[in-house]
Amino acid sequence: MNIGKSVIIKGELSGSEDLTIEGHVEGRIDLKDNVLTIGPNGKIKAEVFAKAVVVLGEVTGNVTASEKVDIRDNGSVDGDIASPRVAIAEGAHFRGAVDMQRSGVKPAAKPAVPGQPQPQGQKVGA
Amino acid sequence: MTQVTEASYPTKALQKFLTCLNGASNPLILDLGPVVGSNVTFFGEQLGCRIRVEDVAADIDRHVKEGRLEQLPAFFASRFTQDAGSVDGILCWDILDYLDRPAAQELATALCRLLKADGCLLGLFSTAETSDQVYTKYVVVDESTLRYRTYPALRPRQRSLLNGDIIKLFKDLRVSDSFLMKSKLREMLFRKPAPRA
Repeated sequence: MNIGKSVIIKGELSGSEDLTIEGHVEGRIDLKDNVLTIGPNGKIKAEVFAKAVVVLGEVTGNVTASEKVDIRDNGSVDGDIASPRVAIAEGAHFRGAVDMQRSGVKPAAKPAVPGQPQPQGQKVGA
Repeated sequence: MTQVTEASYPTKALQKFLTCLNGASNPLILDLGPVVGSNVTFFGEQLGCRIRVEDVAADIDRHVKEGRLEQLPAFFASRFTQDAGSVDGILCWDILDYLDRPAAQELATALCRLLKADGCLLGLFSTAETSDQVYTKYVVVDESTLRYRTYPALRPRQRSLLNGDIIKLFKDLRVSDSFLMKSKLREMLFRKPAPRA
């Protein structure tokens, strides 16, 4: 489903199918089991909850996704992000905090692997 | 002419920084560099942490553009809104190299205040004078390699800080590790001592 460029919504937006927004939304967006795409023309001032969020336009507000948040080149997020996976492209704007809740086993700090670039520094401090 | 470059260099302090935070539950990291998406992913996956990106280079450029450089010390004194002792780790990168002494001291004092006891701060400091007017994005390749990617700055690096100057800036922290790297950077890891009982 698409919300077109000329559409302005103020209030709560919820649903059970994937949604692309090219218009303006202010308030709250709740698509807990679906993918929300903010198109290049989309402007959102809202708390956002979705399974996955793809940002090509502008979002002001906190974004919570159960799977992934993807801020593409020229996409903009001004707010905090909570999601197990977050991708921020080169050229994207982001101002806020990212909380990637740990899922599964934490990777242990690996020792240096032979053949990989090795530190050439010299320890000079205690 | 501003030289914009990209090259990979080894790092030793990053692994120490990760080790320092590995035991913390959902630690909070403050990143003072510009947002680098792959770094957010790296630290999130390695540490399951919260990362707050506070681009201090953008703050400096804004003050240069507005001709208000002399206001930077006062700006840094109130720049960070987080509670004292609320941050587990700070990625300071090399931002202090771009500040003169009063601004660097205010920023360092603010960072010391934010850090939790046993928290750590990673700083990089140039050991060579340079006239290139660039900032560097430090892109984490893996825990022992950083890619240095430069981009234009409105202000060059200021005078290189000596080891003693750096230690004085962070007088409330102790130097945990210091590495002189072939990239002409000194990598330093600071820890905040627990208060005495």
